[in-house]
Amino acid sequence: MNLHEYQGKELFAEYGLPVSKGIVISDPEDALKACRDIGGTKWVVKAQVHAGGRGKSGGVILVENPDDAKDFAKKWLGKRLVTYQTDSNGQLVNSILIEECTDIANELYLSAVVDRASQRVVFIGSSEGGVNIEDVAKNTPEKIIYEAIDPLTGAQPFQARKIAKVLGLDATQTKQFTPMLSNLMKLFIEKDLSLLEINPLVITSGGKLHCLDAKINIDSNAVYRQPQIAEMHDPSQDDPRESEAAKNDLSYVSLDGNIGCMVNGAGLAMGTMDTIKFYGGNPANFLDVGGTATQERVAKAFKLILEDPEVKVVLVNIFGGIVRCDLIAEGILAAIEEVGVEIPVVVRLEGNSADIGSKILSESGVKIESKNDLADAAKKAVELSR
Amino acid sequence: MSILINDDTRVLVQGFTGSQATLHSEQALAYGTNIVGGVTPGKGGQIHLDRPVFDTVKEAMEEVNPNAALIFVPAPFCKDSILEAAESGIELIICITEGVPTLDMLTVKKRVDELGATLVGPNCPGIITPGSGKMGIMPASIHMPGSIGIISRSGTLTYEAVKQTTDLGLGQSSCVGIGGDPIPGSSFIDILQLFQNDDQTEAIVMVGEIGGSAEEEAAEYIKDNVTKPVISYIAGQTAPAGKRMGHAGAIIAGGKGTAEDKIKTLKACGVHIAENLVDIGSKVAEVLGR
Repeated sequence: MNLHEYQGKELFAEYGLPVSKGIVISDPEDALKACRDIGGTKWVVKAQVHAGGRGKSGGVILVENPDDAKDFAKKWLGKRLVTYQTDSNGQLVNSILIEECTDIANELYLSAVVDRASQRVVFIGSSEGGVNIEDVAKNTPEKIIYEAIDPLTGAQPFQARKIAKVLGLDATQTKQFTPMLSNLMKLFIEKDLSLLEINPLVITSGGKLHCLDAKINIDSNAVYRQPQIAEMHDPSQDDPRESEAAKNDLSYVSLDGNIGCMVNGAGLAMGTMDTIKFYGGNPANFLDVGGTATQERVAKAFKLILEDPEVKVVLVNIFGGIVRCDLIAEGILAAIEEVGVEIPVVVRLEGNSADIGSKILSESGVKIESKNDLADAAKKAVELSR
Repeated sequence: MSILINDDTRVLVQGFTGSQATLHSEQALAYGTNIVGGVTPGKGGQIHLDRPVFDTVKEAMEEVNPNAALIFVPAPFCKDSILEAAESGIELIICITEGVPTLDMLTVKKRVDELGATLVGPNCPGIITPGSGKMGIMPASIHMPGSIGIISRSGTLTYEAVKQTTDLGLGQSSCVGIGGDPIPGSSFIDILQLFQNDDQTEAIVMVGEIGGSAEEEAAEYIKDNVTKPVISYIAGQTAPAGKRMGHAGAIIAGGKGTAEDKIKTLKACGVHIAENLVDIGSKVAEVLGR
């Protein structure tokens, strides 16, 4: 689960990290008051969406007149912002963050992730901020430090000093950075983060460290124990079909092809997509109906797949482990009747009671291509998608 | 022999009286698995599936002396259950539950390693040694005793590989689902090492998927340490970057963890690649010259 920048900064402030004074608005009429309350003569106005690259796409401006902040809010609120990180529809802007302007002397980079290889929380720091960190890692790896933190001991001062060296901090800044690192690690653990990124972390013209941006992802498996975070969820930022799927315990990802896929198990779902591609077709989606594919879920899955107008054929691939394929077959028939499927459906049933399942399908009178072999089923689906 | 599960395995089921645990324990018993009892806090003293239920793992250790634990408790309680098993001296712990918070696994994994226990999962189908016993949720009927060791990050994808090797008469020594989470209890490397040292295993099938670098690390390990033929299939060749494909671990981040990169590294390290999911079995047969 992702947070908005302003929500991330709320958490930063809670953990004593230096962030700009800011106010979130969802009505352009509030812009003037927000600027006045913040004070000063220059403000940064930022569209709040779950995507990076906002600055380059016109989603961030610097204003010296509060009226310009209001105009910006008028222009963007209720509109969709397209950046290089979004799809072509972009993300809905339903809040705007107005902040006091910070004078920047230098831009740095700091992030933390759960590193699978070392099985630790790893902080990544670089003296090159405000740019794409992947490029820095590739071109000038010596400017990046990776510091693994033991979750039981937390971040130690020596680790802060190590990172500070690579960031190029002076003695005073290093003193400021030491509790910052410790608090970021605390935030990471206490709020079940999976990613935290400050790009850029800046040194102000006054020589102080300051968090100019905040990107935070939360481990979705842990949201149940983070009520404060759960409240921050902004459903307008989710793909509507993907969130509808999630509500029904289906895992769905929309893709560009025309063969709708319904599979039990995430790995097999990916494998089925690959097999379609192998025979020259294009999958329209990833869809995992889960281990217990009941009739109700199969019906919901069909509905989701058919909402995509590109879909020309549906390929169902079920490997019956504990679930019996005869029950799945009946579920498929009922779902087809309920939903009113008018495009061809290819079904491959394998495993538990697959023979009975296939027999039920072939004797049903419903137009279904029933195959026992995945290769045959995928080839048939590809042929029908042409 | 086989790996991890054999005729001497004495299984304790944690979360024993729950519906999933009951269903899969019944099937495991029917397959001949030696389940010696279960734990459900608050239900100690009861009898479930003709086996004693205990409040704590410690009591179970004293009464029925298990050496393996199979965990079905809900995700919020997995940290507690895994640590309870490990601290009580259980050597093999398999956690089936999906949805365990990643940070729980960070601390659990560290402690389990310190205690010298083997953890498989969470979010995995478990382990089966065909003909001997099963600890997990896989359908027993598609397996047959044989010579192929199978390791996989995915459930139903494993079944696909199993079915293909069974259909060709090769059979399996053991099948291990290590799970699709970012921090798995056992890695490909841990299991590869066991199969390399297992006399019954002639060849190893490693079913990987996009995300992370576990397959690449396994490839390097294979190059230097595994003399048996390894056949690999990588799922997610068509997955777009930045989208999570069901498993918490299956996401291509920052251009890393793509199927293409993994296949390239595996090939360079001498691993045989089944390009298409439906060709895993035939690739194994081809490599073994059968």
